[in-house]
Formats: sequence, C-alpha cells, structure tokens
Amino acid sequence: MEILLFAGFATVAAVSGLLVVIQRQAVYSALYLVITMGALAGLYILLEGHFIWIIQIIVYAGAIMVLFLFVIMLLDLRREEVMWARRDRGQILLAAILSLVLLAQMVLALGRSYLPAAKAPAALAEGFGTTQTVGRLLFTDYLFPFEVTSVILLVAMVGAMVLAKKQFK
Amino acid sequence: MLETLVVIFVKIAVVMGALLLAVAYMTWLERKVIADLQVRIGPDRVGPFGLLQPIADGIKLILKEDLIPGHVDRVVYLLAPSLAIIPALIAFAVIPFGDTTTLFGLLGAPVPLRITDIDVGVLFVFGVSSLGVYGIVLAGWASNNKYSLLGGLRSSAQMISYELAMGLSVVGVILLAGSLSLVDIVRAQEGAAWLLGIIPIPNWFAFSQPLGLALFFTCALAETNRAPFDLPEAETELVAGFHTEYSSMKFAMFFMAEYAHMITASAMATTLFLGGWLGPVGPSPVWFLGKVFVLLFVFIWVRATLPRFRYDQLMQFGWKRLLPLGFLNLAYSALLVWWWG
Repeated sequence: MEILLFAGFATVAAVSGLLVVIQRQAVYSALYLVITMGALAGLYILLEGHFIWIIQIIVYAGAIMVLFLFVIMLLDLRREEVMWARRDRGQILLAAILSLVLLAQMVLALGRSYLPAAKAPAALAEGFGTTQTVGRLLFTDYLFPFEVTSVILLVAMVGAMVLAKKQFK
Repeated sequence: MLETLVVIFVKIAVVMGALLLAVAYMTWLERKVIADLQVRIGPDRVGPFGLLQPIADGIKLILKEDLIPGHVDRVVYLLAPSLAIIPALIAFAVIPFGDTTTLFGLLGAPVPLRITDIDVGVLFVFGVSSLGVYGIVLAGWASNNKYSLLGGLRSSAQMISYELAMGLSVVGVILLAGSLSLVDIVRAQEGAAWLLGIIPIPNWFAFSQPLGLALFFTCALAETNRAPFDLPEAETELVAGFHTEYSSMKFAMFFMAEYAHMITASAMATTLFLGGWLGPVGPSPVWFLGKVFVLLFVFIWVRATLPRFRYDQLMQFGWKRLLPLGFLNLAYSALLVWWWG
C-alpha cells in the first residue's frame, strides 16, 4: 500500500515538475508547480510528518504560489512561441551539466544507504512528526537556527520595504 | 472492516448532503432576511413562504444556456468553478458536528459524529480553505476580461492579507486548548466557568477570547468575500468581478462556493470559540447546528448593514488594525496561560 502511494505521489511530483519547465504559458507552469507541491505534501504524510505536510500546503500551495500567480497575472506574459531559442544554448548546456552533477550526487548518496555496511534506520520515536514534537525540537535543540532564520526573514522584509518605498523622510 | 467503511461512507454522504442542502437554503434565508431588514417581503411565490425558491432557482440555472465566450482560456476557465467549491467542501472532513451517537440504540457501539479527527485539524481547515482562492484568481485570469482580472487580483491580495490576521486570532485558542485537534479544542471547552465568581457561564473560548472571536469573524467576512469586504465582485466598479464571463451552472458553482465557505467559516467559529456541539441538554448536533445558524444570520445581517469598503481602506484595515490587534490578543493569551499555567 505504502509503496503504491509513494509511487503515485512521486510520479505526479516528477511529471508535473517536468511540465512546469516545458509549459509555454507561465500561468500553466505555476499551476503545475502547485500540483508538485501537493504531491510533495503527500510524500510527507507517508514519512509520518503530519505537521510538515499541512505546513507545506498552507505555506507553499496556499500562500507562495498565490503570490507567484498574482505577479504572473500582473506581468501579462504572452505565450512563448518557440520551445528552444538559439540564444539560450549556453544556458541549456550549463543546466544539463549541473543536472548531471546533481544526479551523480543523488545516486552516490542513495547508493551508500543501500550498502550492506550502512546501518538500518532507527525506529520512529513515539509522537514523531506531530506538532508537539516539532515544536519542542524547534525551541530546544534547534533554537539557534530557528532564531537566525526569523532574523533573516525580518531583514529581508525590512529590505523589501526600503527598496519599495524610496523616499523615506 | 467492511462495517467501518460503511459507517465512514454514510457519514460522508450525510455531511455532503446536509452541506449542499444548507447551501441551497442559505440563498433563500439570505433573500428573506435581507427583505425583512429592508421592510420588503422577499420571495413568496414558489411554495409556502417561498420555500421551494432554491429548487426553482436550481432548475433555472441548470437549464440556462451554458455559454463559453470565444476569448477565454478553455481549460482553466472550465477548471476554475470546481477549484472554487471543492476546498470549501473538503474542509468539513475534520469539523466535529456532534459528540457520539448510537442512533437511538440502533447501533451496537457509539459512533463519533465527525468524518475524521486529525492532530493538525485547525491547520488542515486553514490550509484547505486557503486553496479556495485559486478558483477565483484563475477564473479572473482565464476569462481574459479586464474586470474579471481585476476581481481576481483583488481577491488574491485580500485573501493573503486577511489570512495572517485570521491565523493569529486562533493562536490564543490553540494556546488555551493545548491542541490543534478540533475535537480536543471542543473538549477543552466543557464544563462551566464563573463570571465574577457568581454567575455561571459556559466555559467557551468566546468568553476568555472575545477579541479573538471578533478578529476571527471579521477576517472570515473578508476571506469569504462577503460584504463589507466583497471587493472582488464590486458591481459598481467591476461589473460582476471575477465571474463576469460565467453563466449557467458554472456561475452557480461560484455562488455555491461562497455560501459553502460561509458555512465552513461559521462551523469553524462555532468549534473554536462557541463550544462546538456542547450544550446543557438535548442532542449535540442540534446545538452545533443552532450555533452555526446564529453565525450565518450574523453574516447576512452584516451584509444588510454595512456599506462596502474602499480597496485602500480594506488593505489599511487588514494590515494596520487587525494584524496588530491579533498580536495583542496573542500576548494576552500567553499571559493568560502563564497566569493559570
């Protein structure tokens, strides 16, 4: 059952991820990205991460993608006429090389975990992935990264305001 | 195994049926109540008190010509109405509408009156209902019409702005209840509290979180695109806003989505602040439905009373009034928890 669900979610995520890139209409790309986010959320459920699952839906599908759509609609982009433009050849080459490097890394990392020397994953602790556990970890073991992240977000927010409103008196 | 499946399907069918019936009769209620508030009679031709009016309207909408304008983006145009209504219906999967029942002794074991209970119930409802904005935004974009597009843009900006204040307004309840599960939140409101030490009042979060309830309800008005925040379909400026190009049943689906969102918001306010299904005597679903009905009445009452905001006022109100009040409520709730710990 679990492997079937995993295969389903993973296929949807991969296929719609690909469609994000090859769509010629920007709004369609954004919609496929929403589907990808939803499929990733499904994978989080399979990993028992209930809190992360719903946060993925709220933050990515519910907020960030709505903003993306908002901007795309304001820009009023035309449909791309051609799939590959000649002037993009450099970019395509660079992207292909980087993708191959990433693929090699993933194969290495995953392959190592299947080697006989690798230790079996530890059993899940009681309450793994629930809001209580995630909250406790965030405010104890990971307090410093958590606070640093919030400061970075604050800086970004202030920066955006300063850039948007140039004539401060 | 089979029995559990049957129970689940029966519950889903009952909730869906009741919800869609309630949506249909909300249109009747709204017209009747607004007519009363404006000293008119309202629909009274079809059936006694006009009670068959929603059915007549439904037949009319289905039989109308289904027009698809030539300049629209067909796929997204056809997808948008369903994207608007599905999230509003899914949210009901976690809302508890009663305690447990044996159906007057017909069933062997008591069955809990909810489709399911998950440990992140509050977040689930927020997450799913925030997806409802896609229907409106995409309808605005796919219609390829400047009024529709403006309606869609207004809607997305409005929903994102008010979602923040709405999220903040329920943090107090979550702090006091110590859980994100809607069933646990209702159970935390059991029993009685004492006003000034002598007068018994229900132990509802509405009494310990009055500001939270006010904020939640105000944001719910904005999230459901209801007056006075119905800017996405402001007819004096935008013809009919995002659904200008929609006709027949596709228009009706946007209409139903708005009412379904209202019912979801009322059910959430009932669960979070008004003790959900809890009541002194009688069957629990009756109490739940009664409280939801009162809130729906307030929705209609507000529409008949308040004029529409201007767009900049709407944004100012959301970011400069509601959001700071939300933080205030959060600080107050934290103090409350610290005091009684």
